Amino acid sequence: MRQSIEKLGRLTVNAVEELGYGFMVLYESLYWLLLGKFNQQTVSMREIAVQAMQIGIMALPIVSALCFSVGMMLAMQGLETLKPYGAQAQVVTGIALSVTREFAALITGIIVAGRSGSALAARIGTMKESQEIDALQVIGVDPVRYLVAPALVAMMIAMPILTLFGNVTGMLGAALFTNFELSMPVAVYFDRSFEVLVIGDVLQGVYKSLVFALLIVIVSVINGFQVSGGAEGVGLATTRSVVMSISVIVVADMIFTFFLTQL
Amino acid sequence: MQKSDKKAIVVKNLVTHYGSRKILNDINMEVEQGEVMVIMGGSGSGKSTFLRYLLGLQQPTSGSIELLGSDITRMTESQMHHMRKNIGVSFQGGALFGSMTVSENIQLPLREHSKLDQNTMDIMSQMKLEVVNLAGFGDLMPSQLSGGMIKRAALARAIILDPKLLFFDEPSAGLDPVVSAELDELILQLKTIMKMTIVVVTHELESAFKIADRITVLDRGEILMTGTVDEVKNSDNQRIYNLLHRQPRKDKVDLDEYLARLTGNDLSHLTTN
Repeated sequence: MRQSIEKLGRLTVNAVEELGYGFMVLYESLYWLLLGKFNQQTVSMREIAVQAMQIGIMALPIVSALCFSVGMMLAMQGLETLKPYGAQAQVVTGIALSVTREFAALITGIIVAGRSGSALAARIGTMKESQEIDALQVIGVDPVRYLVAPALVAMMIAMPILTLFGNVTGMLGAALFTNFELSMPVAVYFDRSFEVLVIGDVLQGVYKSLVFALLIVIVSVINGFQVSGGAEGVGLATTRSVVMSISVIVVADMIFTFFLTQL
Repeated sequence: MQKSDKKAIVVKNLVTHYGSRKILNDINMEVEQGEVMVIMGGSGSGKSTFLRYLLGLQQPTSGSIELLGSDITRMTESQMHHMRKNIGVSFQGGALFGSMTVSENIQLPLREHSKLDQNTMDIMSQMKLEVVNLAGFGDLMPSQLSGGMIKRAALARAIILDPKLLFFDEPSAGLDPVVSAELDELILQLKTIMKMTIVVVTHELESAFKIADRITVLDRGEILMTGTVDEVKNSDNQRIYNLLHRQPRKDKVDLDEYLARLTGNDLSHLTTN
């Protein structure tokens, strides 16, 4: 009993410590982004472009494919559940709203956490283990400015774009299946979708994706900088970072949706 | 060296902790300008930790570390950033950035601290590659280099800004005797030709005796002695003798303690370890 309370206490202290560390890194990144120029610590535009390419463009095929599948799956479920009420045509509204508000951002978040969050954690972890972080510091390069700030900006650029793409491919998947089931032309499907959608629905997804981007970077960076214990440590940190990122995203999404639907 | 009377490094009463464990206990050390100081000690003696503090990578519990006349433990970040220009470091494993070529690695300090154009930086890095006998290897990635080449490339990066202070962590670790002798030679050249003050952390006796002007012997977080090579060789301190003659440590075994360790009972009097 005493041991488990002790353990709980220690976990809590660790969690608070990690959270504090995460916010510190976030603050430092913003500091370098805004004021780096005046301290000879400019955040490299080239590095941001390279990372945005890695995080964004390279993830486009997989994000599109998964959103396509989810859209199609939603159409199948929707048509099936609405059949007894003879309201199958209403499926368009449901999918348009749930894809733009919810699924595109969520799927993108999960993919990016798995692809780029893990890569960031592994990169920082490996660099820490091989003393490259120390080397950066003695050269006079702030590791947060050099490693975290570009990733943060790149992530904030890539995530909304990927989410917008996910919106289109998700609805395309649903449209194709609806075309197959109800023989509703794809063009008509999209016309009806755009009739029900307002800009706020799309923005909801975009805002979410920005928050997810922030969370993925913070979680990955916390885990990366905490690596110890060689290759095994890097592996553990990477795994932990992916699991934590996805969990945090899903919970944040739930909280986000609660406030957006209640208020 | 316009200020030849000034010490390059002055460490006073340095005490450091790792968590609640004391790692370095009241370290005092002075390094003259232009000398090669070897910090020697066995594994776990605290020498690598000492180096981290000398580099300003960690804040000590108490004490002061003056590099080139200014105390780095009380510096602001921008002061430290300027100080970095005068310090070159070659890490144990090289710590070259894996995503950059050798040349890009060597040019990184220039990029950070100067506004030189690419051509000038290319020429400068080429010159340093010549110094460390790596001419023509600039376009390779660190993963394509051998252990000895990595160390030399790391050295080239460390001296690209012609620093006044050069720190070298375990130059011969993991290298064969010939390559490590070449590195020793290189360190001596840097001292005579470029007039650098050089601090080398090592446990290799042969290499230490060859390059050192003076040696500081560190053991269990304390300095046992600082002296010339001969003084260290002739020291009658038992722990130094053991280190120099590769004698295993003969700690007295306390039977009660040993039994307590084995059985896991009554560890209270061991917590000081």
